[in-house]
Amino acid sequence: MLSIKNLQASVEDKQILKGLNLEVKAGEVHAIMGPNGAGKSTLGYVLSGREGYEVNGGEALLGETDLLDIEVEERAREGLFLAFQYPVEIPGVSNMEFMKAAVDAKREAAGEDALSSKEFLQRAKAACKQVNLPLEFLKRGVNEGFSGGEKKRNEIMQMMLLEPKLCILDETDSGLDIDALQVVAEGVNSQRSDDRAFIVVTHYQRLLDYIKPDFVHVLADGKIVKSGGPELALELEAQGYAWLDNGAEA
Amino acid sequence: MTEQINEAEQINEAINREYEAGFVTNVESETFEPGLNEDIIRRISAMKNEPEWMLEWRLKAYEAWLQMEEPDWAHVEYDKPDFQAISYYSAPKSMADRPQSLDEVDPELLATYEKLGIPLEEQKALAGVAMDVVWDSVSVVTTFKENLKEAGVIFCSISEALQEYPELVKKYLGTVVPQRDNYYAALNSAVFTDGSFVFIPKGVRCPMELSTYFRINEQNTGQFERTLIVAEEGSHVSYLEGCTAPQRDENQLHAAVVELVCLDDAEIKYSTVQNWYPGDENGKGGIYNFVTKRAVCHTNAKVSWTQVETGSAVTWKYPSCILKGDNSIGEFYSVALTRGAQQADTGTKMIHIGKNTKSTIISKGISAGRSNNSYRGLVRINPKAKGARNFTQCDSLLIGDQCGAHTFPYVEALNPSAVVEHEATTSKVSDDQMFLCQQRGLDAEKAVSMIVNGFCKEVFKELPMEFAVEAGKLLEISLEGSVG
Ligand SMILES: Nc1ncnc2c1ncn2[C@@H]1O[C@H](COP(=O)(O)OP(=O)(O)O)[C@@H](O)[C@H]1O
Ligand SMILES: [Mg+2]
Repeated sequence: MLSIKNLQASVEDKQILKGLNLEVKAGEVHAIMGPNGAGKSTLGYVLSGREGYEVNGGEALLGETDLLDIEVEERAREGLFLAFQYPVEIPGVSNMEFMKAAVDAKREAAGEDALSSKEFLQRAKAACKQVNLPLEFLKRGVNEGFSGGEKKRNEIMQMMLLEPKLCILDETDSGLDIDALQVVAEGVNSQRSDDRAFIVVTHYQRLLDYIKPDFVHVLADGKIVKSGGPELALELEAQGYAWLDNGAEA
Repeated sequence: MTEQINEAEQINEAINREYEAGFVTNVESETFEPGLNEDIIRRISAMKNEPEWMLEWRLKAYEAWLQMEEPDWAHVEYDKPDFQAISYYSAPKSMADRPQSLDEVDPELLATYEKLGIPLEEQKALAGVAMDVVWDSVSVVTTFKENLKEAGVIFCSISEALQEYPELVKKYLGTVVPQRDNYYAALNSAVFTDGSFVFIPKGVRCPMELSTYFRINEQNTGQFERTLIVAEEGSHVSYLEGCTAPQRDENQLHAAVVELVCLDDAEIKYSTVQNWYPGDENGKGGIYNFVTKRAVCHTNAKVSWTQVETGSAVTWKYPSCILKGDNSIGEFYSVALTRGAQQADTGTKMIHIGKNTKSTIISKGISAGRSNNSYRGLVRINPKAKGARNFTQCDSLLIGDQCGAHTFPYVEALNPSAVVEHEATTSKVSDDQMFLCQQRGLDAEKAVSMIVNGFCKEVFKELPMEFAVEAGKLLEISLEGSVG
């Protein structure tokens, strides 16, 4: 589903990704761990096409589609979803209208009719319930005045409504208490399917107790330096990153 | 002496002949030659068959205007209009026999409205809106008048009101905005050709929203509308004003005066969507919009001004409330969007005179391109206005880095018990917000319009439903091409 080969990218002339390789198949869950500043968020931004992130080598394919060749919104409509580490507020724009517009944009790109308001509302309510947000959050401004945990749950709700092919969750677990963490994890697990893949960026083994990854990778200094099964996460939890060859900070 | 009278008679005769000729031959459009002088004013008054006092009133305004200077304190720059190059009267076809229903309206006119997205037929169906459409300077069609009549509401052109209800017009005209109030108000008082008149009798809640659409038609024709709304004790009315204008090569002057008289316990809600032609990217050909809008609120009365300003090359406009009666309330909700080379200097004045008077000001300025957007607001609490309160919130949103937003708040609190609060913010459409929207699949233009609409929500929610939808669309259209 996702094939990244020798991806290199820089931000403000600073080389961040230095030849990153990653293969993700449909149905799989990959966890990416690694020290602060390693380039984990950068990977998510580069794949989704954020302005200011300059690709200077390599390739990234989503299915047959060359991601690096198309606009941010086109990548999104192709089925790439990024749950943000720090979700931003859009005051005055209700979650409802925001997500209706997003879902319709995706459907339009796929040659489908827009959802009726009624149909959309039903789906939105269901998603809201699943992440344990009161229904009034549909009417509130996007992330406006939400607590940290509510913002993260809102990201998962958006993911559910957009039904993406590839979901990248960037430290969705950071700052969550154990209840919220469970809600988020259950939300993700409910979305796991044979035709959908996940990349879960996290610092903590804790999340992986709830979302069982198929693979765990260590990203350090702009590269995947080690890959393994779920046991790698336990090892990292116990020993930190210092033992890794690349010698990135602990 | 007798010579003078003779001369006046001759002029009158000449005018009347011309007047009649206009009707008999049904000429395309009766348009005066450009220029402004006493004779032109007499001819306007005669064309409209006005009572003598009205002519006197106009002439007094003209005299005052001659003594006045064009104001230059606003944060705008423009070429001063040449008042002698403007034609002060232009009437559409077949003014004599006005159509009584839409079926009788010039199909071309209807088609133009259609193009502007204001299909009359649809409007008619929409929530029972009554229309008093101003096509150029004279009302062309009025619908739903019968229903209003039943409720005792008068909604007609001011020319018609001068024929049918001269005593009402005489009683209130100029009581809120006197002839010599300011340069453009004086000019308007001298030469206004039409506008709307609304009268809501005591205790009546107007059964429908009253709506007027304005358009400029003839080239080089200044528009000088005069609107007068009187809400008697305990009455209630919501009035919608919307304008849009086609492309023009020369700047056109629009200097309207709107007077609201809100008597004890009455309420007037006045909503505007203004979309005059803003000119090309350099502002060439755009409309100059210099408007005086003011309300007087008596005891327990309430006036809300809500405006969405997206058009015009230059806007100069401060809908104001004089809170004369105790416990009266004034509100001002404004969205002003400027792009390209547009300049807007807009805001409000809240003058607190009565005790326990309250005012609220919510102003949202959006600037894109090289435009300049200024909020200018005055809150004055007079010495006797015990317990007066004001809350002002001014938010500016910048799109790009070549535009400007300015805030000029003036506060004069002369009573120690006054509570005046002012909040101001300036923000940008952030890259983070844009990225979030686009990552969810929205294109950049949709993203900006959504963010801007969200920014304006507090004001839009004050608009009547259909108007709010229209206003949202208008912002979207106005912002096209301002991204990237
Ligand atoms: N917009 C930016 N401008 C400059 N440097 C940046 C920017 N974004 C990220 N970086 C730098 O890129 C490196 C990787 O950052 P990031 O991808 O956020 O790491 P991680 O998510 O793994 O903690 C860091 O050194 C960070 O300072
Ligand atoms: Mg990060």
